[in-house]
Amino acid sequence: MTQLPDTVGIGFKRSHFDALQATPNRLGFLEVHAENYMGDGGPPHAQLMKLRADYALSIHGVGLSIGGAGPLDRDHLTRLKNLCERYQPESFSEHLAWSSHSDAFLNDLLPLPYDDETLATVCEHIDQLQSAIGRPMLLENPSTYVTFETSTLAETDFLRAIVDRTGCGLLLDVNNVFVSCTNHRADPRAYLAAFPTQAVGEIHLGGHDEEELPSGPLLIDSHGAPVADPVWTLYAETMHRLGPRPTLIEWDTDVPALSVLLDEANRAADILDGARHAIAS
Amino acid sequence: MQSHLETQAAFRAALNNAELPPGITAVGDLDRRFSVYRNTVAHSLSEALGQRFPSVARIVGDAFFKAVAQIFVTAHPPRSPVLHTYGDAFPAFLASFPPAATLPYLPDVARIELLRGEAYHAADADPMPADTCAAQISADPDNAVLSLHPSLRVFVSDSYPAVSIWAMNQPGGAAVPPPPDAEAALIFRRGDNAAVLKIDPDAARIVAALIGGAPLGAACQDVAPDIAASAFSTLLQHGLIIGLSQAKESGTHD
Repeated sequence: MTQLPDTVGIGFKRSHFDALQATPNRLGFLEVHAENYMGDGGPPHAQLMKLRADYALSIHGVGLSIGGAGPLDRDHLTRLKNLCERYQPESFSEHLAWSSHSDAFLNDLLPLPYDDETLATVCEHIDQLQSAIGRPMLLENPSTYVTFETSTLAETDFLRAIVDRTGCGLLLDVNNVFVSCTNHRADPRAYLAAFPTQAVGEIHLGGHDEEELPSGPLLIDSHGAPVADPVWTLYAETMHRLGPRPTLIEWDTDVPALSVLLDEANRAADILDGARHAIAS
Repeated sequence: MQSHLETQAAFRAALNNAELPPGITAVGDLDRRFSVYRNTVAHSLSEALGQRFPSVARIVGDAFFKAVAQIFVTAHPPRSPVLHTYGDAFPAFLASFPPAATLPYLPDVARIELLRGEAYHAADADPMPADTCAAQISADPDNAVLSLHPSLRVFVSDSYPAVSIWAMNQPGGAAVPPPPDAEAALIFRRGDNAAVLKIDPDAARIVAALIGGAPLGAACQDVAPDIAASAFSTLLQHGLIIGLSQAKESGTHD
């Protein structure tokens, strides 16, 4: 599913390139957004080629619209294939969401109902992607703000069925679990207990924003804040149960100094060490 | 029951209007919760546009840029998830946007930024050594066909000193009165940056002809020899010539 090491990585931001080069490499891997490396050449590729020599690499797509009703964008599939050939990443991942409709790309991870029709569509798209890039992918659970009355399957059952049908792995975003469960007044521990954890090839940890509404809290997956304490707790519980998994700290808006991300990464590394010892003893 | 395509179409339509799509639910405050999607789509596309056109944003100010971006991203959403290619229609949109009519040079500044984005992401190529290049050309300069760097773009304004206005609006750029004449520039990758190099508009036209594959003699026709010489030496000096060949039908072009 993934060749990433069971250690901690960070989402690479181009503003951190110099600082990262000057920092002793204690990170297990770097992750980049596929769509930022789809030009023919120039500084983005020059930087990534340099980093690739020193780090394991996860390529994370944010624009394929796997959960979209329409066919996948063939040009984009080709671009993803070329990118995977160019960098031979240890892992490729994408989202359970749609982002394009009728030729317009909306640049957001939009939700879908979970039913037999969408299950078939998503599985077909994952099959297409996996054969295009010649490797299994990891599918990430989404942050959601609304649900659909027509859904007939729980998200965890939907993901399990996808894994069974396509052989893909899963990217478990613990922040997304906490965000979605809080928004829908569900229990994140029950969600994690039902999650098909044997398929988890990577963990994401990021920050969220919070707003109080009359109906209860609204959490927004902003990737612009430190990982919240309840998310750390859920992460630690999950790692002690599953054993260590490759873990990514992601921070995409209002990106702080590299040292802030490395502090978050150290905190995750301590949790992974604890989980490693707990499993060994 | 709605198909997934119908559900998605209704959801997508609701991102741009005040109505909620049918079939969605939440624990309460459904309008506010759905609006997270509306806000993210609008905000993230405007941000992407702002990253491609930072000088336009600087010239008009944040509030104006956000307003114009909102209208543009709704009317012209991206067709591709590769957002560094987004915004090709923005210069023409600005030209026909009445509130921007008092800044008639704004579409030209936007065109410079479009070309800078293209140059930044273009393929890599090594320049031809200058002495090799000069030696090979001297045999039959008129029929020399130059291969130019993939990042090289030509900007020519029909009416405005757009290059000076662009330069003035860079971080640290000095506010000096721009010259009265229309300007041109070569835009190409230099190090980690996309450089904008002001050149004579006739020299720019020569470079545009060379990019189009014209042999040196034909490209320089009807241009003063000193302008032609300066166009060529600019290309050489900035490492923009990556290869040379001879036009097939020697001497037969007009």
